[in-house]
Amino acid sequence: MSRQSTTEVRGSGPVRVTPRAGRRGSPAAQLSTMVLLLAVAGYFLLPVWWLVVSATKSNGDLFGTNGFWFGSSIRLADNAAKVFHHSDGAFSRWILNSLLYSGGGALTATLIATMAGYALAKYPFRGREGVFGVIIGAVLIPPPLLALPLYLLASTAGVVNTYWSVLIPSVVTPFGVYLARLYAAASVPDELIDAARVDGAGELRIFFTVALRLMSPALVTIFLFQFVGIWNNFFLPLMMLADNKLWPLTLGLYFWNSQLRNQPWYDIVVTGSLISVVPLAIAFLALQRYWRSGLSAGSLKS
Amino acid sequence: MTGQVESTPASPAGHGRSRPTSTAGGGRPAAGRRPARSKLARRRNRTAGLLLAPFAVLFLAVFVVPIGYAVYQSLFRVQRSGLGLEPPETVFAGLDNYTRVFADNSFLTSVGRVVLFGLVQVPVMLGLALLLALLLDSRVVRLGRFFRLTYFLPFAIPGVIAAVLWSFLYVPGISPLVELGEKAGAEVDFFSADMILFSIGNIVTWSWTGYNALILYTALRSIPRELFEAAEVDGCSGFRIAWHIKIPLLRPALTLTGVFSIIGTLQLFGEPMVLRPMASAAISNSYTPVMLSYQAAFGLNDYNFAAAIGVVLALSTFVLSYGFLRLSTRGSS
Repeated sequence: MSRQSTTEVRGSGPVRVTPRAGRRGSPAAQLSTMVLLLAVAGYFLLPVWWLVVSATKSNGDLFGTNGFWFGSSIRLADNAAKVFHHSDGAFSRWILNSLLYSGGGALTATLIATMAGYALAKYPFRGREGVFGVIIGAVLIPPPLLALPLYLLASTAGVVNTYWSVLIPSVVTPFGVYLARLYAAASVPDELIDAARVDGAGELRIFFTVALRLMSPALVTIFLFQFVGIWNNFFLPLMMLADNKLWPLTLGLYFWNSQLRNQPWYDIVVTGSLISVVPLAIAFLALQRYWRSGLSAGSLKS
Repeated sequence: MTGQVESTPASPAGHGRSRPTSTAGGGRPAAGRRPARSKLARRRNRTAGLLLAPFAVLFLAVFVVPIGYAVYQSLFRVQRSGLGLEPPETVFAGLDNYTRVFADNSFLTSVGRVVLFGLVQVPVMLGLALLLALLLDSRVVRLGRFFRLTYFLPFAIPGVIAAVLWSFLYVPGISPLVELGEKAGAEVDFFSADMILFSIGNIVTWSWTGYNALILYTALRSIPRELFEAAEVDGCSGFRIAWHIKIPLLRPALTLTGVFSIIGTLQLFGEPMVLRPMASAAISNSYTPVMLSYQAAFGLNDYNFAAAIGVVLALSTFVLSYGFLRLSTRGSS
């Protein structure tokens, strides 16, 4: 299709009659690209559309009407009320838990990772590259494989089935350290640090007043990635938390879903899933530009 | 990996690197200034230590110690006396647990299953991601922003919720897809033993393709445009530019997404767990290696065996990712 575009531009003769076609490609190339991109967009959107539509349906309509269109009545509010009243209001508790794990965990993780990344970027101590190598190596360890020994250790320490058992592992992000080091190296000039030293500022003060401010976009990026990582985490809370009062949203919905065989509460699971997706979807749309920098760091020349 | 990645961030701070060697006595500073300098270096090292300490302590606690503990656990077993009258005791077992792991049929089957899954799903996903990234980067595209947002959307949906969502789209009676299939005369049972691996692969592909596509797209955008413009002036078609210039330059980003996809495949757990109640005939409790390890630990209370499985998996992951890195960086640079 692209070959076609070249011939067409050539065929249009020495006069540049079709600069637009040259810039945008031939109509055929444009059309086929558009069709393909739209088809893929449909694939990504269709399940979400189904979820939105289905959250407005009664149990009867879920089974009786076309899944991709609305049913006989719009019952979103009723369904949402049912979700929040189900099992003595467990759902709102799970939302708060998820916010605590993700918000608290990501906030702490960001600060800790930024301190470490800055130290690795700006203080050339002996063994620095070795330390960094170990941290990068840890990115390669699949989290579920750590969860079992963590569970055993936590049960020895007596913190199994507490908030801490999920929070403490969540505040460590090797990937965050990697990002922080990149950003610190790129955005905090050595000259500025030296100038602050000449002015008599202490090393820690330089970090907390000068460096942190310069690195603030990076802080948002690290926070976002860690927030989503914790929000999506399933294996660790599944192992650690037996008490459903401590569960995050994912675990709660997983449990409700696994009960569907015996309890036909489809409307509740569907609407609950939709509600659980909304906060993250909003965060995504509102903070788009911070994602981009994280993605580009993920693709940096290695 | 280590050697590869560390070179990147080190280079911007590169000129700072020579500093400590000279302060540490490598150079020959004037005799009078020397103590002051080393004091300064010591103070800075202390600051670096202070800044690193919180991360280091927690890293030890949730990465290093658990790994060590898993290895330790895997070398023991719990022995119960014949009559069960005395309390069980833990005895050193050497490599017995590892022999058990490799002799265990369900372990070997589950490993074979995820390897097969990865061999099909990862290339399909990354191929599609690469195609999308190249199209989004091409001059032909319109509505680029809309497409980028749409493709990123599944990343915002937790894996477990994505699996719940798709499981509804697989269930006969609720799913409009199954209904459409029936109208077209095809009875599709997404939970059957033949289809289940595809059904899981579809969920994983749906969740991660857009994310990978955007990583590749971002990498493409960071390539200087002049490289393509020169080729265009020389009469290169968009396709040839993509094949000869863009894809080779994308190699590091492709490698990275490849490594993370391999890691993701080996830890397959959430999706089959969610589908299991609906597909209990097709998904056993040892369907994937992580499920087997979970079952060993919480179903059979055999923590030592579970730990051995974990160690084997962690090592295989490491070897596979490292091998993949070596393989894909061979010949470049």
